[in-house]
Amino acid sequence: MQEKVKEPSSEFEYVGHRPDRPDGVDKVTGRAKFGADLTMSGQLVGKVLRSPHAHARIRAIDTAAAEKLAGVKAVVTAADFKDQPSEFIPAGEMMINYRDVVRNVMAREKTLYEGHPVAAVAATNALIAKQALKLIKVDYEVLPHVIDVVEAMKPGAPILHEDMYTAGVDPAPKTASNIAKRLEFVLGDVTAGFKQADVVLERAFTTKPVHQGYIEPHACVASVSEDGQADVWVTTQGHWIVRAHCARLLGWDVSKIRVTSSEIGGGFGGKTVVYLEPLALALARKARRPVKMVMTREEVFRASGPTSGAHVRVKIGARKDGRIVAAEAELKYQAGAFAGSPVQPGAMCAYAPYDLENVKVVGYDVVTNRPKVAAYRAPGGPISEFAVESVIDEIASKLGIDPIELRLKNAAKQGTRAAYGPKFGPIGMVETLEAAKTHAHWRTPLKPNQGRGVASGFWFNIGGETSVSLSLNEDGTLSLTAGTPDIGGLRASLCMMAAEELKVPLDKIRVQIGDTGQLSYNFLTGGSRATFSSGMATVEAAREVKKEACKRAAKLWELPEDAVEYTDGAVRPAGPNAGKHSPMSLKEIAGIAGKTGGPIAGYARINAAGAAPSLATHICDVEVDPDTGKVSVVRYTAIQDAGRAIHPSYVEGQYQGGVAQGIGWALNEEYIYGDDGKLQNPGFLDYRVPVASDLPMIDTVIVEVPNPRHPYGVRGVGETPIVPPMAAVANAVANATGVRFSELPMSPPKVLKALDEARANGAAKI
Amino acid sequence: MAKHHVTATVNGDTVEFLCDAQETLLDCLRDQLGLTGTKEGCSTGDCGACSVTVDGRLVCSCLMLGVEANGKSIGTIEGMARGNELHPLQRKFIEHAALQCGICTPGFLVAAKSLLERQPNPTETEVRYWLAGNLCRCTGYDKIVRAVLDAAAEIRGA
Repeated sequence: MQEKVKEPSSEFEYVGHRPDRPDGVDKVTGRAKFGADLTMSGQLVGKVLRSPHAHARIRAIDTAAAEKLAGVKAVVTAADFKDQPSEFIPAGEMMINYRDVVRNVMAREKTLYEGHPVAAVAATNALIAKQALKLIKVDYEVLPHVIDVVEAMKPGAPILHEDMYTAGVDPAPKTASNIAKRLEFVLGDVTAGFKQADVVLERAFTTKPVHQGYIEPHACVASVSEDGQADVWVTTQGHWIVRAHCARLLGWDVSKIRVTSSEIGGGFGGKTVVYLEPLALALARKARRPVKMVMTREEVFRASGPTSGAHVRVKIGARKDGRIVAAEAELKYQAGAFAGSPVQPGAMCAYAPYDLENVKVVGYDVVTNRPKVAAYRAPGGPISEFAVESVIDEIASKLGIDPIELRLKNAAKQGTRAAYGPKFGPIGMVETLEAAKTHAHWRTPLKPNQGRGVASGFWFNIGGETSVSLSLNEDGTLSLTAGTPDIGGLRASLCMMAAEELKVPLDKIRVQIGDTGQLSYNFLTGGSRATFSSGMATVEAAREVKKEACKRAAKLWELPEDAVEYTDGAVRPAGPNAGKHSPMSLKEIAGIAGKTGGPIAGYARINAAGAAPSLATHICDVEVDPDTGKVSVVRYTAIQDAGRAIHPSYVEGQYQGGVAQGIGWALNEEYIYGDDGKLQNPGFLDYRVPVASDLPMIDTVIVEVPNPRHPYGVRGVGETPIVPPMAAVANAVANATGVRFSELPMSPPKVLKALDEARANGAAKI
Repeated sequence: MAKHHVTATVNGDTVEFLCDAQETLLDCLRDQLGLTGTKEGCSTGDCGACSVTVDGRLVCSCLMLGVEANGKSIGTIEGMARGNELHPLQRKFIEHAALQCGICTPGFLVAAKSLLERQPNPTETEVRYWLAGNLCRCTGYDKIVRAVLDAAAEIRGA
């Protein structure tokens, strides 16, 4: 099957085309330097001692023997980090509390999950560091643990935080609980709504925690000089965030820490927080030598954040004609060891693709003895929308209405008020549904044991603080510096927008991601904001360069500034009284910069506003093996509104990658815990992410409903693609087998068991 | 504990290094020889990011000891381009946008080259199964498979 190739827009010279990415050669030759690829002279190796218990009080830690081992240069524990007050601050699409962060990087009173750091060592080599870990004696009082979200909510469950009282409940509770927060979004009156319904369905769903699964483990190198100036090299989605967290945890001035982001080998939200960095800095300060720390894959699984597992209940009522009259959801999300699951965004986007009058969504943020969750691509959205999209599909089938038609009948559009508050601007829900309806995939006949499913998805996208500089070099070439790490082709897109503005060839612009000393503050690459926000700042910086070029020519030509214009890569006299000066190219302007006022540069420091949601509709065909229960995805089409695709290949790549992760979530991936509270599958052999032979080609359709708030119409595209797949796969499996699955992953043993049960009562189609 | 002296050929050059008995070939390439193009994703042979060739055979360098490389000829990503000329696979990976973050790319390229040396005209299914030992979390494999098929066609002169 042939991938849909979007034709380049004739509107633009660069935007919408598919040039080679500027960092391509470095990445295919092995030159690109990732987190673990830098070596500093005199560098030590840092290793972390982790809790073997899911829940334990730390009575004492004795590091004396480790410190005495030859080759050990520093040991740190919680005693090396000052305690922090409780205070929630925004971090990407999540909130963080430094009181929890300081406890997550190094356990204080208690260890709250298996893998929780309790000490760290820096030594002259890895073997000595590992030996030293064995010499650290920790006196644990093992406590009862709780892994499951529903169990954790029950009265009498082991309590993780003795001072945690459920917020958002009136009257305020008097006993400690694992429920950190209850939240609620209400629109209209669901009770009245359900009374109008001809059909009401209520279903419960369970999803398991899944890991972002970036192939590059967390890694950093830190160095602290004798006068307290620190440098950190780290794989991260946001080096300004790393700087902020480290400065806070170590009590240092922000200006003392310079953070350079390495090339980043995948993040998907998981590299928006700190794990090793504060430890490496603390060790480096003690040892007065650079310290390199790299997690093993096992540590990544045990101690870095997956996303929540959850229990979700959805109740939807619709009239015979397919109009949804009431919609309810109850979301219980695991936060891991500390409060802060993505239940809030999950609740907000549960019904966001639809224009509904009566909605009620209630969410619970629940702590359990697991690693603290981190953001994962559209954090919270895939879980709630999996449940909602599954029930919508079942309603369509109950009413005998085509599932795309039913969605069209209820689709959110410009002017729709979302249950969580805002009124939407132009959005592409209807457009993606129409594109699905007319796509050949939707009409292609299925083979035996196959089924087809459709599902839609929504994600907000964000903007935020962004700085970009663009320097005109003395030979007329340009140096572009952005501060949002490039994970999937950002440098290409920024270069293309700068080239479009200035009408200069792409190879005359070299783009880099600057360190924290080179630009003012940048929020991280997350929330699908990088192309949107850094793109907006790049355009602003380029326009400043154009304006300055005009100013210099005006000075030279002795004209007022508004009598000079910048078109087609050159400044020209404009207007009736401008005279007959020959146009000057950017190269010529660069050549006279010194004589006309000094260096020319654009520097944009913005709080990018106007981020717009991206909606998607996916079509999935599966084939179910009736004998083994194995589900194979045999055809997949992802249709999504990009606003405008700056580099269509990398937009398609986002769609395809999100689909693959979603298929993994639907079919294979899960954290498996034993009764002892220990993770049983902390490796890629047993935590099975999709491999090439598991997947078909992933067809993509880029729909473009431009975002009016961005100079090129960009919406974020990175996160929405992971939202629809679980429901699309589940709906396809239901279509193939006649059996609905409400529990993820739909792994072969579960599918086979459900098929056998359905066969016994005549409900199975295969 | 004395270190072992190893002599091997890496990308055509004779190299010597000292390694501990328990150091992997991957550690030796990265830490002793400074060849950091070969990546560590799991150290258990499950992700393929550390793929190299040893006497022409595709292996995960995290599953082989450094001392075992003695007398062997090792091929890494750093040896794939010829002067200014990228290998067709490298070129096609860029053209097809077959990489996003790029951490898995060296392993995929080494593995794909090894496939095309054995099967110059692979089917899509053959490409998918040969590369099933290389994990990519960004692309969904679509563009990688297309890039390999296109490179194969170019090398065959098709």
